[in-house]
Amino acid sequence: MVSVLFFILAGLAIACAVSCVYHKNPLYSAVSLIGVFISLACIYLTLAAPFIAIVQILVYAGAIMVLVVFVIMLLNLDEDKPLTRLRYLFPIGGVLGLVLLAQTLFIFYAVTKTPHTSSEQGNVVGQSMSIGRAMYTEYLLPVEIVGILLLMAIVGAMIMSRRMGEPNLEAVEGSREGGD
Amino acid sequence: MEFESVVQTVFPFAVIAVAIFLAFNGVLMIVAYTVLAERKVLGWIQGRIGPNRVGPWGVLQPFADLLKFIFKEDLVPDKSTKFIYYLAPLVALTAALMPIIVYPFGPSIKADLSEWLPYGLGETFSHIPLVIADLDVGILYVLAITSVGVYGIALAGWSSNSKYSLMGGLRSSAQMISYELAMGASVIGVVLLSGTLSLTGIIDAQIHSPWWSKWFIVPQFVGFMVFLIAAFAETNRVPFDLPEAETELVAGFHTEYSALKFALFFMAEYVNMFTVSVMCVTLFLGGWYIPGLDWLARQTDLVWLFGAGTVGYAVVSHVGFLLKIFAFLFLYIWIRGTLPRFRFDQLMNFGWKFLLPVALANVILTVIVVFFWHR
Repeated sequence: MVSVLFFILAGLAIACAVSCVYHKNPLYSAVSLIGVFISLACIYLTLAAPFIAIVQILVYAGAIMVLVVFVIMLLNLDEDKPLTRLRYLFPIGGVLGLVLLAQTLFIFYAVTKTPHTSSEQGNVVGQSMSIGRAMYTEYLLPVEIVGILLLMAIVGAMIMSRRMGEPNLEAVEGSREGGD
Repeated sequence: MEFESVVQTVFPFAVIAVAIFLAFNGVLMIVAYTVLAERKVLGWIQGRIGPNRVGPWGVLQPFADLLKFIFKEDLVPDKSTKFIYYLAPLVALTAALMPIIVYPFGPSIKADLSEWLPYGLGETFSHIPLVIADLDVGILYVLAITSVGVYGIALAGWSSNSKYSLMGGLRSSAQMISYELAMGASVIGVVLLSGTLSLTGIIDAQIHSPWWSKWFIVPQFVGFMVFLIAAFAETNRVPFDLPEAETELVAGFHTEYSALKFALFFMAEYVNMFTVSVMCVTLFLGGWYIPGLDWLARQTDLVWLFGAGTVGYAVVSHVGFLLKIFAFLFLYIWIRGTLPRFRFDQLMNFGWKFLLPVALANVILTVIVVFFWHR
């Protein structure tokens, strides 16, 4: 039952991924990518990890892809220009693809080497309680570091967009500094 | 032996299927009559009568509307992106309907069905919960699915290939992304107080809290107000209905949609109204819980009829749940008849510079209080 579901969802994810790469229209690619995220979330659900599944939808499908769709709608990209312009990037893409393939094969190798864990343990891992406990005790430092990095990214993005949008910002800042 | 195991696996699925059927159709009926109520109440507010021709007092109006939508001509704009144009209303309605499965419609009923159900199924159904799926992450599930609903509107606006639709779609998605943050932040206070993300768990926490805070609206009044305002913006209702501001944008993102596709968007909007009302009631007004009902039953020797766990208790609680939801739906209509529309920059400033900081301050305050309370 679960394995049949897995093959349906995995097939859906791969089909969406392929259509994401091969579509010329960027909006179709974005919609396919949303399909990939949602089928991945369903696979997480079948693995008894509801929290991770919901966060996958909430963050990737609900927030990041909305921004992507938004930008595509605002920019109104041409359909066939980018491919010819970016021809010199093809070899780099090939090398990166090989690296990704090697990583995937390594994961297969690692999975076959690791001993089987009991399913009881697997049931607890995906619950919100266990994830929260692990994040705020065992992995507190990485969580804090990621939080500060994200804060820096937000502040940086705000400063960059300000500079672009308002050319007379420096004058405003100068007067404020003078006042202080 | 073979038959027994088949029944044991199939029967729970059948029960869930029936429950989903009942819940979806019940919600859609309520939604249909919300539309009628809206037209009636707006009529009264504006000194008119409202629809009164189809059936007595206009009660068959929703069905007449549906028939009209089915038989209208289905126009598709020539230069639209066909696949996405067809996909968008389906995404909108699916995303609106999916949260129904985690609504706690009422308390669980203790039932002794061992005489009626063979093969030990009576044991499985000794507690009948009035919720289809009691997800461990119920609130996040609702927030996630409603955030996917943005695509219905954004894609509809883009694929119609019309400037009004595109403007409406962009406005609507910008608005929904902005107010989602305030909404999520206002929910955190309730989650901190109850210590769980499950909707039934939150109702349990309200039942077991001290007498002065039986409903979380008392300790979380700020969170409630932020949630309510954000809910109006999330559902694109007046005074935040800029995506369909008819004086500027014709009809916004669904300008180019007609017939049943328009009806799907229309239904999605009202189902979303129902969803945020359910969330409001569950998080801040105790859900189905009526304080003192169980106590009153014990005082008046009616425990067998209205004590906790009986069918009578469930029915009364469910009616109370529906009445609370109807009160919120009425509030929506009332405000639509009363307030004018915001300007778009006012809307964005209000969401980012007022509502979100207030919600975050509420979170910090709640964290401090909960931290010292539990020591």
